[in-house]
Amino acid sequence: MSLQFVGLKEINGPLVVLDHVPQVSFEEMVELTLEDGSSRMGRVVQIQGDRAIIQVFEGTRGLSLKNTRTRFLAHPMEMPLAKEILGRVFNGSGRPIDGLGEVYPEKFADINGKPINPVARSYPRNYINTGISSIDCLMTLIRGQKLPIFSGSGMQHNKLAVQIVRQAQIAKDSGQEFGIVFAAMGVNNDVADYFRASFQESGVMKNVTMFLNLSNDPIIERILTPRCALTVAEYLAFEQNMHILVILTDMTSYSEALREFSSSKGEIPGRKGYPGYLYSDLASLYERAGVIEGSQGSVTQIPILTMPNDDITHPVPDLTGYITEGQIVLDRSLDQMGVYPPVSVLPSLSRLMKDGIGEGYTRADHPAVSNQLFAAYAKVQDARSLASVIGEDELSPLDKKYMEFGKMFEKHFVGQSFDDNRTIDQTLDLGWTLLSMLPVEALDRLDQADIDKYYDPAKAENLK
Amino acid sequence: MSNTVYSINGPVVTVKETKDFSMMEMVYVGNKRLIGEVISITDAFTTIQVYEVTTGLQPGEPVYSTGSPMCATLGPGILSNIFDGIERPLKQLEQMSGAFIGKGCNVDALDDEKLWDVKITVKKGDALSGGQIYGTTQETPLIEHRFLVPPSLSGEVVDTAENGKYKLSDCIVKLKDKKGAIHELTLCQKWPIRIPRPVDNRLPIAMPLITGQRVIDTLFPIAKGGTAAVPGGFGTGKTMTQHQLAKWCDADLIVYIGCGERGNEMTQVLEEFSELIDPKSGKALTDRTVLIANTSNMPVAAREASIYTGITLAEYYRDMGYHVAIMADSTSRWAEALREISGRLEEMPAEEGFPAYLPSRLSEFYERAGFMETLSGNDGSVSIIGAVSPQGSDFSEPVTQNTKRFVRCFWALDKSLAYARHYPAINWTSSYSEYIDDLSKWYKENIDPTFLRKRQELSSILQEESKLMEIVKLIGSDVLPDDQKLVIETARVIRVGFLQQNAYHKDDTYVPLQKQLKMMEVILHLYNRSKEIVATGLPLSSILQTGLFEKVSKMKYDIPNDQPELFDEYMADIDKQLSEVH
Repeated sequence: MSLQFVGLKEINGPLVVLDHVPQVSFEEMVELTLEDGSSRMGRVVQIQGDRAIIQVFEGTRGLSLKNTRTRFLAHPMEMPLAKEILGRVFNGSGRPIDGLGEVYPEKFADINGKPINPVARSYPRNYINTGISSIDCLMTLIRGQKLPIFSGSGMQHNKLAVQIVRQAQIAKDSGQEFGIVFAAMGVNNDVADYFRASFQESGVMKNVTMFLNLSNDPIIERILTPRCALTVAEYLAFEQNMHILVILTDMTSYSEALREFSSSKGEIPGRKGYPGYLYSDLASLYERAGVIEGSQGSVTQIPILTMPNDDITHPVPDLTGYITEGQIVLDRSLDQMGVYPPVSVLPSLSRLMKDGIGEGYTRADHPAVSNQLFAAYAKVQDARSLASVIGEDELSPLDKKYMEFGKMFEKHFVGQSFDDNRTIDQTLDLGWTLLSMLPVEALDRLDQADIDKYYDPAKAENLK
Repeated sequence: MSNTVYSINGPVVTVKETKDFSMMEMVYVGNKRLIGEVISITDAFTTIQVYEVTTGLQPGEPVYSTGSPMCATLGPGILSNIFDGIERPLKQLEQMSGAFIGKGCNVDALDDEKLWDVKITVKKGDALSGGQIYGTTQETPLIEHRFLVPPSLSGEVVDTAENGKYKLSDCIVKLKDKKGAIHELTLCQKWPIRIPRPVDNRLPIAMPLITGQRVIDTLFPIAKGGTAAVPGGFGTGKTMTQHQLAKWCDADLIVYIGCGERGNEMTQVLEEFSELIDPKSGKALTDRTVLIANTSNMPVAAREASIYTGITLAEYYRDMGYHVAIMADSTSRWAEALREISGRLEEMPAEEGFPAYLPSRLSEFYERAGFMETLSGNDGSVSIIGAVSPQGSDFSEPVTQNTKRFVRCFWALDKSLAYARHYPAINWTSSYSEYIDDLSKWYKENIDPTFLRKRQELSSILQEESKLMEIVKLIGSDVLPDDQKLVIETARVIRVGFLQQNAYHKDDTYVPLQKQLKMMEVILHLYNRSKEIVATGLPLSSILQTGLFEKVSKMKYDIPNDQPELFDEYMADIDKQLSEVH
């Protein structure tokens, strides 16, 4: 029976201070029991001599300086792990909320994880066919990658994430099992329900572990949510050899929780009030994706974040972009034009695609086609800005062709319906059809051999 | 009396009321002996930054003094290795704690079991001073490792071992100093990472660091011993540029510091470099490369140290007489580590939360670059190429601005170029190199007397184009007179055919300077001949119809690097086709 401490020294926001505690260790877990018998969990965040500063996960409402008893649990925050964790639903701090009782643990793991040794990683190369043309061709998702969706409030990022989950053949060919770990941070109940309903509809619910920290749940729990989720993902991937797709939504809410917590600790703020360590903190989450040599599993991450005011230079998308291996940016004007998925092609990128596409992976002409589509679409933007000044009629014949190409590209290539699942061949052929709208001299990124094989203006006519 | 931990706040730990520690001393913290460094001392508290995760540490645990500052171990076995920020070999860490890095792993930086084939180059009675060479060994097929007398020592050789195989800690030479004390020289030595290694003197910059990248070598060259910054928002190709330079630049040795970046990128470097062959020597690139990997999720204090560890290793090889290039990716993450630790120390922040000493730390780092005469009388250099990741792609933020003050070469990466997949996305209007004048003599003597004049012509065309584009954006290109349209067409050829370079193309990934010169000549020839024709009143469209502009744009692919004679055919073809224009 470990010691219990009666009363508190100080309460400040989510933090409480306790004096005269010997033998407390950094980041140790704490259980606070109130007079009415209810208990809350907390964690030591700072120690000064025999004074410990504790963050209380469920908030400090109702706590007074004398009505609590505190017990130190002598271990850091741990998540119980077992393969049966698939199909379960937890709250933000990893407690089951589906009424099925506690998980019978095979082992416990520290939720902070440990950094993967760079020499133990193997470089991700296997591409995931998502069935979405814009992603497959232009920003290919690779198994073990972290590829976030940069979106804004009101855009259809959730629908896109669900479509990726439904169509992505993560475990294809390898004969291994796949699983999904879904962490909701600060999203509203409707969003969580939408995901749950979609998982059920597509029959994958038994392979999903859900962590729900909804927008009215305590913010301290929100800081733990992705860590619990990733601990589960790492366990399933690297110890159970499964291919795991992790969806984290919404990273902006997570960062805001971190900011709130940081300011209550009285830390010096960096940009826009976010703590100076936001980069390291986000990295400690995103870097938990990958493939490890000697293990057959993988962790692929799709974090979703909403850019406040659609501003890509806001600290959260900005720092995320520096850590993740590319990004899928959604565009409001495309969304308003009714294009789904509204992927803004030019700022989107996948850093790992160059080694996972082409001969032996997708199709030999893939790198050149995607390069040419990017270059051509960049020209479309130039032509459009010119047209907005001098009018479309005054454009040169080539620029007019680019305008036409741009329209068709957005309609047929970027746009596709929610249940349209395209193979990579379909996608690339469609790319060639669109490129065939342009004069052959304008295609400076393509090989002559490929042009001879695929370039066909007649097909482009059919598209119209 | 033993010292114990008093307070813990993330990686910052304090010890109460002790006078046992000195500033910047390396210490071991706690029962797990986590590695730390003393960063501030007051009457009441000594503050220590810990290079590992402090979870589970308790107040009252012991803190051990080592009596020496944070040191790098210098000796054979550094090359082709991969270390973390405080020179722990990651492969050994993997053997100790598996795929995930554990806590309190104290491993030697270099393998003490391995035998090196040592040749001793001094004999009894020789006088040796600090920095001189007393033996050599072939560290990798590419690099001969030269053993240097520690800079602070000098004296007379009183004993030498036979040539043969020795371990790292074996004594091979004994040195008697002026006071008569005997010093044993082994295959390795230690050097505090935060102190620059001494040199005889600094030599003027005179040689370019040739990278094979056209936009760099021709437009914005960097010198051996020079400094360059590569700022760019995410996705603009900072890392790609650094990789290209690490692969192809003509330094003898590369120190690649992955400071707070992605784990997969380090894996990529590891895999790619072991497969790539150095074009000059025919040996694997890893033979001349050392990697320092402190990825973004590894402890932040070690990230701060990684930059210093890297440059100390570089200086050590420079002292042997090598030309070393450092790629630091990215210095912004290092600055953020400074900010994070400064915040934990509750120091008064300056701009955007960065500590007020950010500029002085940056300048200290970049000043360790240079072309030097070493203590042993050889020439050696350290060139630094630092990536900068500006927040929100805004070049006015403190790290970019302060870096700009201390580097002489600035390769600004541009988002809109990257969006159009124009790589390397180095913007030719906002980038600059201050080394042109220093290097002009070298270019004249070694490449061509007209090289710099042609470079100037090329960049004037680009400048003029950017002015004309302002007009084109407003009223379209149709209204321009033909001579201005010609400028725009030529600039397009320069951009697509010259500045854009394909890192995945077997010829285009590295282009020798002679070919760069020839390409410039062809482009300028086409421009000048066309200009003459336009001046006679013939329409530009008839010149464009010849297809010469497209042909010249593609010459980077069509002419292999080893067949420069094909350029003459291009010149002749231009003359022939243009003379037929009516």
